[in-house]
Amino acid sequence: MLLKNTYDVVIIGSGPGGLAAAVEAKKEGAQDVLVIERDVELGGILLQCIHNGFGLEIFNEDLPGPSYAQRYIDESLALGVETLLDTIVLEVTPGRKIYASSKKYGFVEINARAIVLAMGCRERTRAMIRIPGMRPAGVFTAGTAQRFVNVEGIMPGNKFVILGSGDIGMIMARRLTFEGAKVERVLEILPYLSGLTRNYVQCLQDFDIPLQFQHTVKFIHGKKRVEAVEIAAVDENWNFIPGTEELIPCDTLLLSVGLIPENELSRKVGVELDPITGGPYVDESRQTNVPGIFAAGNVVHVYDLADWVTLAGYEAGKGAAKFAMALRAKETAHIPVNAGKNVHHVVPQSINKYVLEQDEIELQLRVLKPIEDRSVIEVHDGNHQIVRRVVRYVRPGEMNTIKLKPRHFADVEKASSLTVDVSPR
Amino acid sequence: MVEKRKLICISCPVGCELTVTLDGDNILEVEDNACKLGLDYAQQEIFDPKRMVATSVKVKNGFHPLVPVYTEHPIPKPMIKDVLAEVRKVEIEAPVDFNQIVIENVLDTGVNIIASRNMPKV
Ligand SMILES: Cc1cc2nc3c(=O)[nH]c(=O)nc-3n(C[C@H](O)[C@H](O)[C@H](O)COP(=O)(O)OP(=O)(O)OC[C@H]3O[C@@H](n4cnc5c(N)ncnc54)[C@H](O)[C@@H]3O)c2cc1C
Ligand code: SF4
Repeated sequence: MLLKNTYDVVIIGSGPGGLAAAVEAKKEGAQDVLVIERDVELGGILLQCIHNGFGLEIFNEDLPGPSYAQRYIDESLALGVETLLDTIVLEVTPGRKIYASSKKYGFVEINARAIVLAMGCRERTRAMIRIPGMRPAGVFTAGTAQRFVNVEGIMPGNKFVILGSGDIGMIMARRLTFEGAKVERVLEILPYLSGLTRNYVQCLQDFDIPLQFQHTVKFIHGKKRVEAVEIAAVDENWNFIPGTEELIPCDTLLLSVGLIPENELSRKVGVELDPITGGPYVDESRQTNVPGIFAAGNVVHVYDLADWVTLAGYEAGKGAAKFAMALRAKETAHIPVNAGKNVHHVVPQSINKYVLEQDEIELQLRVLKPIEDRSVIEVHDGNHQIVRRVVRYVRPGEMNTIKLKPRHFADVEKASSLTVDVSPR
Repeated sequence: MVEKRKLICISCPVGCELTVTLDGDNILEVEDNACKLGLDYAQQEIFDPKRMVATSVKVKNGFHPLVPVYTEHPIPKPMIKDVLAEVRKVEIEAPVDFNQIVIENVLDTGVNIIASRNMPKV
């Protein structure tokens, strides 16, 4: 693939949000659409979510994550969406330049008429919830373990405790059980489930995996590898209740304690973030406060259903395509201003005709030969005169000017070029 | 004997808590289901519980060492372990096609195990 200099819509991230935006941008008429993905393949987080439960809203089918992703991968490629894999976007500028580092192309610079941010989210880690204890190996986020088990084929441990009753944690409890591991306990600090009830039923209840509410990890034991975790009950204020401590021997602790939108790029370009969601403020077309920069999916707020991410992606893709098409129309709005009869040169050499909708444009010119009598400076489109001005004389040593005004816009809009002539009256 | 049983419908993410009134082999009433899928679920779950199963199989020469697979339709819940053991025995060759049948009619359940995605060859 030959990378273009400029794309109508560039989408950062190829999860369901990004792919939906790409598909919809194409359908809305954007010609050059590019998806940039740091992973080696398209699909985003869905590729590691091999369990069912996707697509009920959109396809009315119960699909595994990879199947759901595959449909959008196939559709976007069929529509001619271009992709740049193994490429991480480093920075986006308010002028919509994208700087990225690519395995294949090295450092790349791409211009976008519109951008869709679809970088998804990342998981909260041990450091973010400050679990006391030693620092052994064997503490993973549930999503990391999911990637190990489902994509890379590596079991991260044998005996697990899972902290957090989020969906990813419960789904991993079942998955690890399928692979022969023992899940000793799932702990939830809140008095209620933080994931979906259906996941409680089919992931924990079905396999007799015990879940304890209002319990959390108090201390992690282990020199090189996790050897045990000490757990305890907490009150409403999350204070440990003395005497409820219990030591659970295990070799791995998984954390399923929340997701945060991934907004480093957004922040750098000046996209305003909502402190409540952690994602950009967006309007109904999913446009952020930076014109031409749109956002959709988990980067905006954390969704529990990929189907809804897809729907948000459609909105963003549509908005981005409209924005890009309007810009493209303006770009083709540039027409040349030629030096005609007895004119040495004209500045500016080209104009954006849409500027005339609002503002006037002054053309500056020098003549080739003097005319020591009343003369006419005329701007025409090859057939029709648009504006003329009478001056007392013209001399090469003295610059002349003529103005195009908003009232000339109707005539100029139809023109594909302008020519300036100077002749005796 | 008439008894009441609590079930959580897992047919969609809403997760309605159903109350089922049961008289032996007869369901007399299902309450608190937000849609009629809940009725089918109660019938199924009480007399013949079934689950979708998703796991992975080894791939030779694939872009990744595993390809995700799933049961095309739900299978009887008591058979999950055996089906998983059956799937674990299989190793397939890349390239794998999206929806390709990996095991036909697994353990005579009438259900195929199919691939969730493409797996290109390296
Ligand atoms: C671990 C996990 C499990 C989930 N399980 C379920 C589930 O069971 N059912 C369900 O309905 N939903 C589930 N979800 C939620 C659902 O999958 C997500 O809501 C959905 O995938 C989000 O889509 P997205 O397009 O916003 O982001 P993602 O799918 O996360 O895609 C974002 C993409 O952006 C790329 N990216 C990020 N930054 C850059 C950069 N700087 N340059 C280039 N590329 C970049 C990432 O590599 C990634 O591929 C889960 C989410 C997670 C995190
Ligand atoms: S009864 Fe209907 S709405 Fe309620 S969980 Fe079942 S399928 Fe969903």
